[in-house]
Amino acid sequence: MASTISAGRYVGQAVKRLEDPRLLSGHGRYVDDVQLPGMLHVAFVRSNVARGTIVSIDTSAALALPGVRAIYTGADLNPRVGMFWHTMMGPPPELGGQTPYAPLTPLAGGDVRFVGDPIVLIIAENRYIAEDAADLVEVEIDVQQAIVGWETAIDTDQRVHPGTTTNVGQEFPLPEGPEVDALFAGAPHVFTRRFSQCRATNVPMEPRGIIVHYDQYVGDLQIWAATQSVSEWKATSSRLTGVPEHRVKVVANDVGGGFGQKMMMTRDEAAVVMAAHLFGEAPIKWTEDRRESLMAANQGREEIIDVTFAVTDEGVLLGAKVFFWEDIGAYPASAGSTAGMAGAVFPGPYKFPVVLPGGSSVYTNTVGKAAYRGPWMMETVAREQMMDHIAYELGIDPIEIRRRNVIHADDLPYTTCTTMVYESVTPSETLEQALEMLDVAAFRTMQADARAEGRLLGLGVAIYIEPSAVAFGILSSDQAIMRMDNSGKVIVAMSTGNHGQSLETTIPQIVAEHLGCNIEDVLLVQGNTESSPTGPGTGGSRSAVVAGGAAMTAALKMKDKIVQIAAHMLEASPDDMEVTAGVVSVKGTPAKALPFAMIAPIAYQMPEMLPPGMEMGLEVTARFQPAGQYTWSNATHVCTVEIDPETGMTKILRYIVSEDCGRMVNPMVVEGQIAGGVVQGIGGVLFENMIYDEDGNPLATTFLDYLIPTAPEVPDIEVGHIVTLAPGQTGFKGMGEGGAIAAPPCLANAIHDALRHLGVHPTAFPLGPSQLLTMMNEAKQA
Amino acid sequence: MSDEVVVKLNVNGRDHKVLVEPRKLLSDVLREDLHLTGTHVGCEHGACGACTVMVDGAAVRACLLFAVQVDGSKVVTVEGVTPTDGTLNPFQQAMQDCHGLQCGFCTPGFVVSMTSYLDDNPNPTDDDLKIALSGNLCRCTGYRGIINAARTAAGLPVPANAADGSDH
Repeated sequence: MASTISAGRYVGQAVKRLEDPRLLSGHGRYVDDVQLPGMLHVAFVRSNVARGTIVSIDTSAALALPGVRAIYTGADLNPRVGMFWHTMMGPPPELGGQTPYAPLTPLAGGDVRFVGDPIVLIIAENRYIAEDAADLVEVEIDVQQAIVGWETAIDTDQRVHPGTTTNVGQEFPLPEGPEVDALFAGAPHVFTRRFSQCRATNVPMEPRGIIVHYDQYVGDLQIWAATQSVSEWKATSSRLTGVPEHRVKVVANDVGGGFGQKMMMTRDEAAVVMAAHLFGEAPIKWTEDRRESLMAANQGREEIIDVTFAVTDEGVLLGAKVFFWEDIGAYPASAGSTAGMAGAVFPGPYKFPVVLPGGSSVYTNTVGKAAYRGPWMMETVAREQMMDHIAYELGIDPIEIRRRNVIHADDLPYTTCTTMVYESVTPSETLEQALEMLDVAAFRTMQADARAEGRLLGLGVAIYIEPSAVAFGILSSDQAIMRMDNSGKVIVAMSTGNHGQSLETTIPQIVAEHLGCNIEDVLLVQGNTESSPTGPGTGGSRSAVVAGGAAMTAALKMKDKIVQIAAHMLEASPDDMEVTAGVVSVKGTPAKALPFAMIAPIAYQMPEMLPPGMEMGLEVTARFQPAGQYTWSNATHVCTVEIDPETGMTKILRYIVSEDCGRMVNPMVVEGQIAGGVVQGIGGVLFENMIYDEDGNPLATTFLDYLIPTAPEVPDIEVGHIVTLAPGQTGFKGMGEGGAIAAPPCLANAIHDALRHLGVHPTAFPLGPSQLLTMMNEAKQA
Repeated sequence: MSDEVVVKLNVNGRDHKVLVEPRKLLSDVLREDLHLTGTHVGCEHGACGACTVMVDGAAVRACLLFAVQVDGSKVVTVEGVTPTDGTLNPFQQAMQDCHGLQCGFCTPGFVVSMTSYLDDNPNPTDDDLKIALSGNLCRCTGYRGIINAARTAAGLPVPANAADGSDH
């Protein structure tokens, strides 16, 4: 589908990725690929029970094993911690901040709080020996009944974190609203539902990994890590160890996915940092194996959402109350809860007169909650399913009820009842484009014909508005440090933490477009605290917006200086110059031209030839702050499914996305991000379920139990584009998370449509074959 | 435990002799002893396919084999399926053209699996390709670009609605 804004030479083009030849030929450089002289290897002893008091730890047999170099317990490492908090979230209350962190220690202290809790850290000559030693450590635990499930955690007088007074991590009480209560009391219809998402996990294909070397003679702490943000990890490591921040160096080369899991330094990684700082002798490496990753790396999504909607007879929304319950495990990344954000964006694409949101996040004896691609997306999961439930209650088509409530172009600018301001969003336009791509009438005919044969087809729709590039605190800005070297080539250093987002291509696209050079003459340098500026890294659908804005601003500044030098040399006015493919020329007089390769040496070596008063050199910096606290993008997802009545298996027939991410840097990359997010969303509905038994044992610790989608299960994903520019100078909107936000309710709605005539009205994920068969059988017996 | 054995391997056309413990995985020997770090370890239980290499012409999981088991064999890794003249092989090139990779971690496994598969099965159907791809896990791409790359390399049509990469 064509966009309405013409592409530039690079921006808007499906430029092939510059990083691909390296990655396709096996010459990427991920953290586990790094081998350092004298490097030693780490393995953890982890708790095999979810809750209990540590009675004793005997490491003597392990220490006696040849090749074992050091063994540390919580008693060794935890007291050495200076502070353990994250720049993005700010300090905890006891240090003057507001973020209610779980009581974080690198290793378990006197007790264990989930299966996988790290108790002992072993350093050995290789990983085989380290794991042998782990088997020889004897840990005696006085086992207590685990607190599993948010309702149990609320009801019990036992505490996940001993010594605390509650298992509630954060609470946002539902606001008092007597006028809302009156509105609900007088509304023609009030409907209430409880929706839930099962626990899912990020599953980057590269698990966590870190190498740390504390050179006690130099005083430097050097870290190589699989992280989305080297700046965040530098600051966290400094606070942990007390090594001054400017003596901490963090490098992330290629990073194999993260989806939020690699944003904040977790306890395991902090333990490696603390161990290396104490050990001092040699670099130590920890590479997580998949069992550890599925058992002990932070997870996402386990949420219950209670919603009540008041509507008219025609399905026009009058108001909503929504309450988010989150199971945040024992040690969530950051503070765990996203209810504040979810409540703020709950109105999404619809004209709600009022929404009252509240939430409660609850500690349990399970793995902590992670940010996972659209961490607040429970609002879209609940709202978009609720729209269908209401539509069926009122006998209105789910598409029609959306049309009656969706924000239109002539509503803009629109301020939601939760005070979010939309200036350029297109929920209505994307809805219509997606429906046109499907051909709804043709599908309804096919559906009716199929149903006559006993076949179960369904159609689902979901609309959302994505709060991309959230800008507060450290997230407010990004910087580009750009220099042109003597030969006219450009290096741009940024704080981004590329882990699959194609920034090695898209940032050079932006620079080459706005500087006016060839893309092969631009190199992005990132993931290295020695060369990259301070910033929040890559996450939260921010890099195109904020890093892209910085790259564009720096390129324009660089261009301005180059043009001034060239104009001075050519005795022309800067206003009469044009820049194309690395050559500055006088408009209409192509013979009067200077390539960058001739201008750059003048800037560095011939001050007498520069315009009077101009500073030598070609280095510029630009720090970019987006126009608003949110840069809103939006999309509509539509899918069709067929469910096998015998097996309960769902087959996705078509999957369509119409999206508006503003001015696209690279449509190929945009579509790649959408497809990846959609399939993660599909996984969360049909396949993925991180379940625990009542004793807190995780039951899906291999890829044979925790099922992520594979190639035969995914449909061809069709993408349409609507382009409206974001407010501000760049026009870019972020879109990295959206696919994963809308896909779950879209797919759930399609399943609902396929089964509702049987009396099946799903509200809880997963919706795998066994769940659907159970619901169909129960409906039949009812 | 420490009784090391000599293992002879021909890897990517070059003969190697390594002294390793019998329990050392082929994936670890390739990565640590031979410094061929393109073979990635994603699960160590044979499920994700990132470590796929060819042993005597067959695509296998290097994390499920001890190096000693393939003593005397010819091993080809992702580095070895890549042309030496700076170009990419047809499936690799299709992966770039169709945006078949994002973070790139699973990519070597897909490249070796599909290079091997297409060598053995030059005329697959669309369903054949998806089944052939089903032994490798990817978490970034949603398989859209990978499936289209496989179609392209196999000469099958690619759906019109996909932004293909262009050279600049």
